[in-house]
Amino acid sequence: MSLDFRHKPGLVVYLTTGDPDVESTREIAIAAIDAGADVIELGVPFSDPLADGPVIQRASERAVARHTRMPDVLRVAKEIRAARVQAGLVIFTYLNPILRYGLSKFVDDAKAAGADGVLVTDLIVEEGGEYLAEMERAGLAPVFLAAPTSPDERLEAIATHSKGFVYAISRVGITGKQQSLTADAESLVGRIRRWSKLPVAVGFGISNAEHVARVGEFADAAVVGSAIVELIERSTPEAAPAAVARFIKCLRQPQAALTL
Amino acid sequence: MASVILPSAPSESRPGRFGIYGGRYVPETLMAALLELEHEYELAKPDAVFQQELDGLLREFAGRPTPLYFAKRLTEELGGAKIYLKREDLLHTGAHKINNALGQGLLAKRMGKKRIIAETGAGQHGVATATVCALLGLECVIYMGDVDMERQELNVLRMRLLGAEVRGVSAGSKTLKDAISEAMRDWTTNVRTTHYLLGSALGAHPYPTMVRDFHRCISREMKQQILEKEGRLPDAVIACVGGGSNAIGAFYEFLQDRDVRLIGVEAGGRGTELGQHAARFQGGVPGVLQGTLSYILQDEDGQIAQTHSVSAGLDYASIGPEHAALHDSGRAEYVSQDDAATMDAVVKLARTEGILPALESAHAVAECMRIAGTFKPHDILVVNLSGRGDKDMGIIARELKL
Ligand SMILES: Cc1ncc(COP(=O)(O)O)c(C=O)c1O
Repeated sequence: MSLDFRHKPGLVVYLTTGDPDVESTREIAIAAIDAGADVIELGVPFSDPLADGPVIQRASERAVARHTRMPDVLRVAKEIRAARVQAGLVIFTYLNPILRYGLSKFVDDAKAAGADGVLVTDLIVEEGGEYLAEMERAGLAPVFLAAPTSPDERLEAIATHSKGFVYAISRVGITGKQQSLTADAESLVGRIRRWSKLPVAVGFGISNAEHVARVGEFADAAVVGSAIVELIERSTPEAAPAAVARFIKCLRQPQAALTL
Repeated sequence: MASVILPSAPSESRPGRFGIYGGRYVPETLMAALLELEHEYELAKPDAVFQQELDGLLREFAGRPTPLYFAKRLTEELGGAKIYLKREDLLHTGAHKINNALGQGLLAKRMGKKRIIAETGAGQHGVATATVCALLGLECVIYMGDVDMERQELNVLRMRLLGAEVRGVSAGSKTLKDAISEAMRDWTTNVRTTHYLLGSALGAHPYPTMVRDFHRCISREMKQQILEKEGRLPDAVIACVGGGSNAIGAFYEFLQDRDVRLIGVEAGGRGTELGQHAARFQGGVPGVLQGTLSYILQDEDGQIAQTHSVSAGLDYASIGPEHAALHDSGRAEYVSQDDAATMDAVVKLARTEGILPALESAHAVAECMRIAGTFKPHDILVVNLSGRGDKDMGIIARELKL
């Protein structure tokens, strides 16, 4: 029940809650943990996901259309926590669903559900005063995003206010798969390390074992999102947990990826 | 009211805040560009060379100052206040949008950004942006919802003629909100080379302040013109409110003149249920969308609601943050006019004054028609006629069976 990375490199798995349905999200998350995921990022679907590429946009749209609500996300979190005590659990969301639910209530309920941290895509450190105070009160870890475009003074603020880990965005852009990692990621992680002793996870576009191995050379963990969400999109609900588990095992074996 | 997340410092003292509204709620990747834009804008504002170039273009290229026209026949017909029309519809490209497009275009050049992206709803901002890009020799990509591309086809063709690439957006409601999200995704991806020329008083700081400043000329001229013609200030200024740029431009110089009523007109669409209109102050709740904290039409889960208006330019789920503050403080009043009243206003203005208003602007005309009779003959109403209606002829012809 913490944001530790037991594996080398660690793996963070993003799932859009409610795609294909909330029960499947729970089963997929448990299968992912058993296959070696250290942290699950449980995504709250939002109608206007402006930081996301087409894959996560489609997943959000499907989940919103099924009326997946914040209470559903928190219930799935609680069930995952009950089933797998040791895994890290982060609620990943845009800000508006939190505001509508009520900030204090959200923080309390996320804590009660067993979440370790929260990542709000469209909340920068400077606007986070009240949020940070509430997170502190509840004992939840705020995880902030750091971007290749962030100047050093912003990285310092991001590193200072993050807990658990710092999320380094691998490239300038939105979520979605990519062919190869750019040089942006390594230099960003190097800059973050100047300000922080926290583990650094690299995400956006990490989609195969080569990427994960490469990230492992300079960061503590890789975040895999769109690649898994797309795999779920192509699977049936029944087959999705096993398919995701197989994929995650392959992510740690560069040579096995060739036969995937 | 929903709980809102406030920064740790007192909000009023922070730049980009209007009361509790505004701020900067964006993915971290965009922050460097927003800070650069804010910095460059602060440098350009007092720069005489920049202002001279902008003033020159507004005058020689766009056609400022625009007339403040006394609508004699409309006044007689409505039988109440004297009605003046601020003729932004006479500007080059046909709407107020060119004021802001020229300002930001020059700013982009100063920053050395050679690629411009923009969203558009009615297509007027897209046309203004494409025009400025042609003028300044900049690459131009415009995002527009598929629904809007269909209903404002003339403007799509104009943008293409001007050399812009128009990219249709098929996500969500396929209207302005979705075009903004797609433009923000493009900006996030190409932020090192690209300026996002946002078209209304919306989005993250510094946009709401900067866009408002580029439209302040509307109320500055209005004030001077009405003093020349009538020797006094108007009793009310009326403007339609989509994102809120023409309205804030028309209101701003009157904010301290407490006796001047400021009336914003939202789109009442075809009904009062969520999804049937775009009247953010009738059912909207404070929240965060596309970079700013303001009133938003949304469901109880915080999902953004669908909206409807006959006018693409008012068909948006949120509203500029400065309007949210003016609403809460009571300094400005916000009402709505529906699709049907808007059509009546189009016909009325066309047949009494020989002026074909944009459907957006016709919402303000409709409100003027509703209240004119409640005023006395020496009272003065000024309607900001934000644009002309050529782009809407397809819709108008269908609705009126011309
Ligand atoms: C003529 C005209 N008026 C008004 C608007 C609404 O925008 P805003 O509220 O920013 O003035 C538009 C937007 O497309 C427009 O074209």
